[in-house]
Amino acid sequence: MKYVFHFDVVLDHWPELLDGAWLTIRLSAMAMVLGLAIAVVCAYARTAGPRFVRWLIAAYIEIIRNTPFLVQIFLIYFSLPGLGIRLDANEAALAAMVANLGAYATEIVRAGIDAVPQGQIEAARALGLKRLYIFRFVVLFPALKMVFPALASQFILLMLGSSVVSAISAVELTAVTNSLQSTTFRSFEFYFAATALYLVMALGFRASLAAIYWLVFLRGRAT
Amino acid sequence: MNRNFALPEFVFLLQGLRWTLLLSCIAFFGGSILGLAIATLRISPILPARWLAVGYIQLFQGTPVLMQLFVTYYGLPVLLGVQVDAWTAVSLAFTLYSAAFMGEIWRGSIQAIPRPQWEAAACLSLGFFKQLWYVILPQATRISIAPTVGFIVQLIKNTSIASIIGFVELSRAGQLMTSATFKPMIVYPVVAALYFVLCWPLSLLSQMIERRIDATIGIKRHM
Repeated sequence: MKYVFHFDVVLDHWPELLDGAWLTIRLSAMAMVLGLAIAVVCAYARTAGPRFVRWLIAAYIEIIRNTPFLVQIFLIYFSLPGLGIRLDANEAALAAMVANLGAYATEIVRAGIDAVPQGQIEAARALGLKRLYIFRFVVLFPALKMVFPALASQFILLMLGSSVVSAISAVELTAVTNSLQSTTFRSFEFYFAATALYLVMALGFRASLAAIYWLVFLRGRAT
Repeated sequence: MNRNFALPEFVFLLQGLRWTLLLSCIAFFGGSILGLAIATLRISPILPARWLAVGYIQLFQGTPVLMQLFVTYYGLPVLLGVQVDAWTAVSLAFTLYSAAFMGEIWRGSIQAIPRPQWEAAACLSLGFFKQLWYVILPQATRISIAPTVGFIVQLIKNTSIASIIGFVELSRAGQLMTSATFKPMIVYPVVAALYFVLCWPLSLLSQMIERRIDATIGIKRHM
């Protein structure tokens, strides 16, 4: 039996696919911002916080990094209601993505903070700058600049990983593709199209992140 | 009357764990062979060969694992006209996926070996493959161990995604047990703990090897 491709069916449902892709983009972008915020706070607390806070953050990082994202989603969506925390599918997906990215990004940001030369911090202190001020401008800014490529890669991985949240009926690109292929029986065509969309989104995110890097770190700065 | 989560249920999870391990092993060994080929192509003196490898890596690193699974599972019957069972599709997809990542890791390790090593080998009139096999790879292997072990952790966690297409490994076993016992509060933390027990020692090992190799060769890591 010869299989005949019907990509026209995919074109008919193109708007629905794009809706799914749009949710993927929104979820990923929100998770990137929130995850980075968590990472900065945790990285700071890991270097300057009290001992038990440092221990807590280390545990958070190790647990997230050594369990699958899918299981983290299940924990948040299915197990947390037992503790009275009830999230809908999209909120649970976002929460899982933020928690996941937060752990990985903390390690990356911390590596950047560690790489800031001690002399630079001492110089800032000698100028009488306040502690938070030093952290923000003398430590964090150059640290983020240094680790930006690693952060960008992690962001892309998060975006691709978000396809897994389809398992809890958050209707992002993968979930939309799943339901479309099951009603049209054109599974290969739809998955092929969705894969291509992910590839385009990955390239798009990479380009946008490069643009952000240029805007924040390079434009109008001598160094 | 609901089932309790007791020993038989735990044993069921362990049986799922067995398939997680087996799938990880298949993907790792298959991916090693293919990955070595990819890495060799990626650094070969022939330009089209390099393009081929770059394209392969871009494709597999730029699309979600879940999509790769779907395309393999639904695409193989369409493209080759053969019906594949879940095992074959999942093993193949994870092999292709890990080849892309390990190929990149090994390419990095090979290129971390200083250029003069190649030149010295060329002076001894060794051909490209002999230079690679006898001079470069033995040194590159040392550097690559830590990131490779790190990737195994990644691989074990990602095999959880196979549960989405109905492959019964640890995560799927967890889902099945949740539907049988209605105790997601217990089952998913146990599943997470099993993954953690598997992955954490590997993560620690990877970090340990990394520190030791840094100390012996004195390679300054850039992050």
